[in-house]
Amino acid sequence: MGFLSNLINGISLGSIYAVIALGYTMVYGIAKMLNFAHGDVIMIGAYVVYLAGSKAGLPPVAAVLVAMVACTALGVSIEKIAYKPLRQATSLAVLITAIGVSYFLQNIALVIFGANPVNFKSVVSIPAIKLFDGQVVISGETSTAIVVSLIIVIALSLFIKKTKSGRAMLAVSEDKGAAQLMGVNVNRTISLTFAIGSALAAIAGALLCSAYPILSNTTGAMPGIKAFVAAVFGGIGSIPGAMIGGILIGVIEILGRAYISTQLADAIVFGVLILVLMFKPTGILGKKISEKV
Amino acid sequence: MKKFIALLLATLMIAGCFAACGGEETPENKANEIVIGVQGPLTGSAAQYGIAVANAAKLAADEINAAGGINGTTLKVVTADDEADPGDKAVSAYNSLKDQGMQIFLGTVTTGSGLAVIDQTAADNMFQLTPSASGDDIIEAGDNCFQICFTDSNQGSRSAQYIAENNVATKVAVIYDSSDAYSTGIYNNFKAEAANRGIELVAEQSFTKDSKSDFSAQIQACKTAGAELVFLPIYYTEASLILGAAKAADYAPKFFGCDGLDGLLAIEGFDTSLAEGVMLLTPFAADATDDATQAFVSAYKAAYNNEIPNQFAADAYDGVKILAKLIEENNITADMTAAEICEILKAAICAEGFEFYGLTGAGAALTWDASGAVSKDPAAVIIENGAYKAL
Repeated sequence: MGFLSNLINGISLGSIYAVIALGYTMVYGIAKMLNFAHGDVIMIGAYVVYLAGSKAGLPPVAAVLVAMVACTALGVSIEKIAYKPLRQATSLAVLITAIGVSYFLQNIALVIFGANPVNFKSVVSIPAIKLFDGQVVISGETSTAIVVSLIIVIALSLFIKKTKSGRAMLAVSEDKGAAQLMGVNVNRTISLTFAIGSALAAIAGALLCSAYPILSNTTGAMPGIKAFVAAVFGGIGSIPGAMIGGILIGVIEILGRAYISTQLADAIVFGVLILVLMFKPTGILGKKISEKV
Repeated sequence: MKKFIALLLATLMIAGCFAACGGEETPENKANEIVIGVQGPLTGSAAQYGIAVANAAKLAADEINAAGGINGTTLKVVTADDEADPGDKAVSAYNSLKDQGMQIFLGTVTTGSGLAVIDQTAADNMFQLTPSASGDDIIEAGDNCFQICFTDSNQGSRSAQYIAENNVATKVAVIYDSSDAYSTGIYNNFKAEAANRGIELVAEQSFTKDSKSDFSAQIQACKTAGAELVFLPIYYTEASLILGAAKAADYAPKFFGCDGLDGLLAIEGFDTSLAEGVMLLTPFAADATDDATQAFVSAYKAAYNNEIPNQFAADAYDGVKILAKLIEENNITADMTAAEICEILKAAICAEGFEFYGLTGAGAALTWDASGAVSKDPAAVIIENGAYKAL
């Protein structure tokens, strides 16, 4: 029973990582850049949910929608102000800029919301499911996180395969130059990617803080890094890969903590990542791209 | 245009340098006042402690000054924020206090920050009276540092003693922060005393400062091991998450903590029903009926927005009163340097016959020995109906 509970806890944590990882993987897949500020957009999203829900009294779903709009606006403006001018720059310059944006968001949140952590009221009101006489409990937050992350993966996959803008994203990810020649508006497509990624960040923020209800200006930092690992683990750029990577990282982290060592749990997560990358450098579902010389 | 902006920025930078130089004048202590420096987390995840200490210290100083001061000298409290950081932030907070003319150091509030500055306070020969940094090694570095709170070894062993003597539980689990000196210190002493007292430690779980949001695995381990009581020698922010994780896992053991749990009920937005029945060791309960406590609580509430003071506030209030008593008895004057004051006070506080009756001594006198430790017994309180109640 203990093992089953731990497994469920792992899947719960993993599905939150998965939603965060989707944001990383979309932006990387299409814009070919690592948006390290993603974790902090999550934190801002969670604050907006907190303000709209707990402070302004909106119902949870409305609060999450407000946060999605706010994060979309934030994500698109970050892209316009910080990343777009660097479209032709080296990837290192963009990476450093992303880290800068990350610290900027953390500190701006510190100024606006203060340094005292707040207790986040869960947006989930689904009752917990009890199995085996209450020995295994699946909380409402857990089932919601799993269902929501599945819905997002399916919806995103369909969006990319079936819609015109989705196919434009695919084209931009394959070859920016060629896509532009074929009439795809590359800049608008990249903005759309950021918009979707940031809206997902708001959902991730609501899920993350519902499950772990302490919210401060660094709330998004560590989950952001773990989710980035998950995206790389699953094969960065691949949407189902982010889902699989997220769940696996969550399960490894919780099982490692439960059965090996609470202190080494993080080391185990990153150790597994190194092992996977040694044997499969593009991640589990990553495509092998042969570079033309 | 770009050149113009560059030039402008360069000019501003140079101007900034001059401004900084101008600010570095040594503050002259023109008024006849002794400056007490308070250092603690005024922001961050342990902010309630630092704010309580700063507030109570100012309250005590204001009361003393309003009554005419000490031998005509008034007290001035200056504060600096270390965010409970165990590194550079603690050192710069201490330095900023020295820049503000500190003559006596009432700090630090947390053990981690304390360990970062004790070598420096010893080297400066700065008299240090810490309200709440309870680590055993805080007072070991130099002979200039004294505690108002009981030490971690005391807290750890007293917790085990209390649990055993009152038959609270026999199967006990611990969740502690292995990256924090305070938490690990109490855990080690608890473990040693538990073995002596026949308490069975069925699960020993930990977390680190990088992974302190998900506690489901630790709670699951405690639940599987069948622990009747979970001992939490940690701070209140993480404790609130652990209580939530236990509820999510449908696990309802008793919870027992130390002074770090104080503040749990005051977290913004926290569902206090989660904390119902949580027991903790503290030298101070705001609902005690003695006159001194009642007077302090009502003065504190009147001064600070109707907030109920916690034990950190009480420790700090006692701290300033102890300093006032020492200043008065030893004729300390405002023109003495920090080192001169320290030489006198560190002998006086542990001298035969010096004792102090305050809020945190449970009616008994507080005395100090040369090691810096205070003689004091922690008492247990339980959280009932969202308030602390003495046991």
